[in-house]
Amino acid sequence: MNKEVLTEKLKAIISTYAQDPAALENMTESTDFITDLKINSANLVDVVLDLEEAFDIVIDNQSMERMLTVGTALEIIEIKLSEK
Amino acid sequence: MNKEEILQCLPYSKPFLFVDELLEIDENSVSGTYTFDKSLDFYKGHFKDHPVTPGVILTETMAQIGLVCLGIYLTGNSESGVPGHVMLTSTAIDFMKPVFPGEKVKVLAEKIYFRFKKLNCSVQMLNAAGEVVCKGTIAGMVTNKMNG
Repeated sequence: MNKEVLTEKLKAIISTYAQDPAALENMTESTDFITDLKINSANLVDVVLDLEEAFDIVIDNQSMERMLTVGTALEIIEIKLSEK
Repeated sequence: MNKEEILQCLPYSKPFLFVDELLEIDENSVSGTYTFDKSLDFYKGHFKDHPVTPGVILTETMAQIGLVCLGIYLTGNSESGVPGHVMLTSTAIDFMKPVFPGEKVKVLAEKIYFRFKKLNCSVQMLNAAGEVVCKGTIAGMVTNKMNG
């Protein structure tokens, strides 16, 4: 899966929870889920559970702790996909 | 943790404690009861001359029994052994029947998932006749700080 497709899939999942439409529209790899997209910690868990289902991967606690920006999320998804 | 220890850990007191007794609790589910005291203050205003338990209080009762007690049980029995605080993060409840002053209700909750500190439960409340008065899902973050 190339990065563009991956990013679009991620964006679709995030759009359910993001509270700042402008920040979502202008999303980059440095976009922060909590400070930029205004996703609360409980919904960040839902983002991760949705990612697990969409990509058929398992995200561990350590990865979850790093999952703070769009960039780290993409990186973690790529690593988990490559391990499959 | 046993049922008594869990009740001791609850961070509420009257007039905002809505758990009388836990009937059963395990890793996946919890049930408990509460009787709405006729003298609770909110009945004076909800509604004028026609006291009915407010939906937010029914939601709170389901949250205290179904989410908070289970969250305390799950964290209290985890590796750290420290019972957590549960911060309510979302509710989606349907209300079917009114609950009047003095009624005893039973809350049943089942864990949907507990991952990354988020506890998500399906909950329902039954009246003394065994009828479902409200049901839905409630979620919260289980943290080790009172204010998340």
